[in-house]
Amino acid sequence: MKISISKIIIFTFVIFFLLVFWRGLKINNNYDTKNLIGKKISKFQLIEIDNNNRYISEEDLKQNKYTLINFFASWCAPCRSEHKYLVNLSKEKKEIKIIGINFKDKKNNAINFLKELGNPYNFVGKDSEGKISILFGIYGIPESILVDNNLTVIKKIVGPIDQIQYDEILKLTQ
Amino acid sequence: MLSNIGISLVVLILILSFSIIYTSCLDLKTPSRTIKKSIYKLSLFQTTFTILSFFTLIIGFISSDFSLINVYENSHTTKPFFYKIAGTWGNHEGSLLLWVNILVIFSYLFLIFNYAHNKKFRLYTLIFQNILILGFLFFLLLNSNPFNSIYPIPLEGLGLNPILQDPALAIHPPLLYVGFVGCSIYFSAAMASLLSGYGGKLFAQSIKTWVKISWCFQTLGIIVGSIWAYYELGWGGFWFWDPVENASLLPWFAITALMHSLIVLEKRETLYHWVIILCLSTFILSVTGTFLVRSGILNSVHTFASDPSRGIYILLFLSLMIFSALIIFFLKHKKETYNLNLKSRETFILTNNWFMTFFLVTVLIGMLYPIFLDVLTNVKISVGPPFFNIVIIPLVVPLMFLMAIGPKFGWIKSKNKVLYKILFLSLWAVIINLVIFYFFGKYSLLSNLIFIAAIFLILFSFLDIKNFINNKNKAELPRIISHLGFGLLVFFIGINHQFSIEEDFNLRVGETKKINNYKINFENIKIKESKNYKAVIGNFKLTNFKNNLIQQLDPEIRIYSNPETLTYEAAIKTKITSDLYLTMSNVSRSDYYNIKFQNKPFMVWIWISALMIALGGFMRLTLKKNED
Repeated sequence: MKISISKIIIFTFVIFFLLVFWRGLKINNNYDTKNLIGKKISKFQLIEIDNNNRYISEEDLKQNKYTLINFFASWCAPCRSEHKYLVNLSKEKKEIKIIGINFKDKKNNAINFLKELGNPYNFVGKDSEGKISILFGIYGIPESILVDNNLTVIKKIVGPIDQIQYDEILKLTQ
Repeated sequence: MLSNIGISLVVLILILSFSIIYTSCLDLKTPSRTIKKSIYKLSLFQTTFTILSFFTLIIGFISSDFSLINVYENSHTTKPFFYKIAGTWGNHEGSLLLWVNILVIFSYLFLIFNYAHNKKFRLYTLIFQNILILGFLFFLLLNSNPFNSIYPIPLEGLGLNPILQDPALAIHPPLLYVGFVGCSIYFSAAMASLLSGYGGKLFAQSIKTWVKISWCFQTLGIIVGSIWAYYELGWGGFWFWDPVENASLLPWFAITALMHSLIVLEKRETLYHWVIILCLSTFILSVTGTFLVRSGILNSVHTFASDPSRGIYILLFLSLMIFSALIIFFLKHKKETYNLNLKSRETFILTNNWFMTFFLVTVLIGMLYPIFLDVLTNVKISVGPPFFNIVIIPLVVPLMFLMAIGPKFGWIKSKNKVLYKILFLSLWAVIINLVIFYFFGKYSLLSNLIFIAAIFLILFSFLDIKNFINNKNKAELPRIISHLGFGLLVFFIGINHQFSIEEDFNLRVGETKKINNYKINFENIKIKESKNYKAVIGNFKLTNFKNNLIQQLDPEIRIYSNPETLTYEAAIKTKITSDLYLTMSNVSRSDYYNIKFQNKPFMVWIWISALMIALGGFMRLTLKKNED
């Protein structure tokens, strides 16, 4: 076999592809949520749902004493049931800032959802592809993560917030 | 018991594979022009044992023999009989055994049906195919053995994921496996052709049938998967550009290109190396798709419980395949001179190949880019429908024009008499599009072009059918049906996309909601106990003001017990002109239900036209050798 530039390029290309696949295998795709408590949240950037120029990142959360990050969508029925607790929380506990991440949803539906049930959020970010939620280790929605001003996760709630969870959030943030 | 039988059979197949390779190598050196009888016998035994091993596993599933881990993990005694059988290939290990079955059966059939072809070529094909079989057998035995046993024997199984308990999904995997694994035989044949120097027209004839078979099954498999997504997933869509759907498209583009260029090789003895590249890449892309899906690199509805060791094995296998293919190709590659005339049919067939290559590369980039970015920079992105729609859809316009006029040109060189027809039909296409545009709704320039091109292709195909009735040239019909199917498919998808209605709202029992010319009345709720699930059924009355038609739609929320899962069953009323689509989901701690209502025009025609594409392929299979 004569060695030529094109052959070398093809082989390099193939090897590169295969190496990336091999590395890809080692990346952990199982988002473990059990050990999240006590860990810091990863870096993120969140664009506001109806204003593409406004966004927040993990740095902004450091200014809040506590932040509750809530993942919701208008199509998600349990999100509806937990919403009143979020609204209550926003009224009762001013030192907890609530950030909503709108998961795989349409903008208008989300805005109507908040109009109908009230808006407890200090900031609503969009995640129409569900990719930012992956960073937080979200399996499905609703889920909520409570972090302090060091960006350390204090509590993770899988499923809708109910009275018991609500009381626990109040206790943790005393 | 079954475990022992199964493992013994697999080991037997393994030994037979080695002996086939060994005797074939010996037979290569003998001067005789026919293949030794013993090789036929070994192959027949191998096929028999392989089929037996698969039946052993099916028996395990039917009799709910939970001493097999595989049955325990994927079945349950209360499961309907049909789904017990379907459970056999509804999991990683079982489907791998199905892979081996198809590899072996195709290997045997290729051996016996190609008796007229060169001995060396057939033996090399057999050797390569058996190397592939060995690779998969080792994988099966060492990593993913469906016959592994468990002790103590559990009393009850874990059950099959309810979302997979659907007739369309029971047949979807076998169809795709025949389609994708079937490609292996012309991968082997291409390697054999390079090594034995048996190329050109005869090589094209030897693999033609196998290419057609796997094309038909791939096409049908993809369509059935799409139908399943529409009826079962409850999202109201049928194609999502999901990574796994894309993985199934890659080999399909390659094989569609192959189907077309193979005709050129057969009729004109040119493009040999290009055909070889397509043969090799079709199967390589199939295995790449398998790797991406099974290793867990991609997350989607299709991900089986992922296991990195599995990924490493397939990757190793894939690398070996690619490197041996590349090395043999470069060693045997000779310069070919192409002598193509611009207005000949082979040029148009080549343009098909450009389009297919372009689509393939686009989908490949869209699929791999997120993985690459994640691996190299740890950034997670998702390439979704907008990318594919923007890049692929505009090119469908010229593709459809070429699909219509290409076949009108003769081999080598053609006269200009077609031009008049083209102008005439384009004019009609523009007029029909304007009528739709004017009376039914406004849409973008691109959509206009899509409609015009699709209508043009449809009209042209009708003209072809008229000609067919006059001259009865059987070889033309399959092509006309497939191309017409594609034209109709694009046309109906366009209509469906432009004129669908979608509404999302909450309702309580007894309430009514008005949307456009529909009134939806939520009448009541019923609970139904079924064999393997409990269902909450909503009764809805839909009144259409336009024609005062009243329809009953009953979407369900199903609660499966093994494993415990909630699924939403859409109520779909299919009519010739449109589908009414209703799903409901519960709003917990409230008596409201979230309702999604959709009115989708010409849904059923999308399936019919897609099936027409596949039908064309099957019709070509029935053509006699001298007709095709």
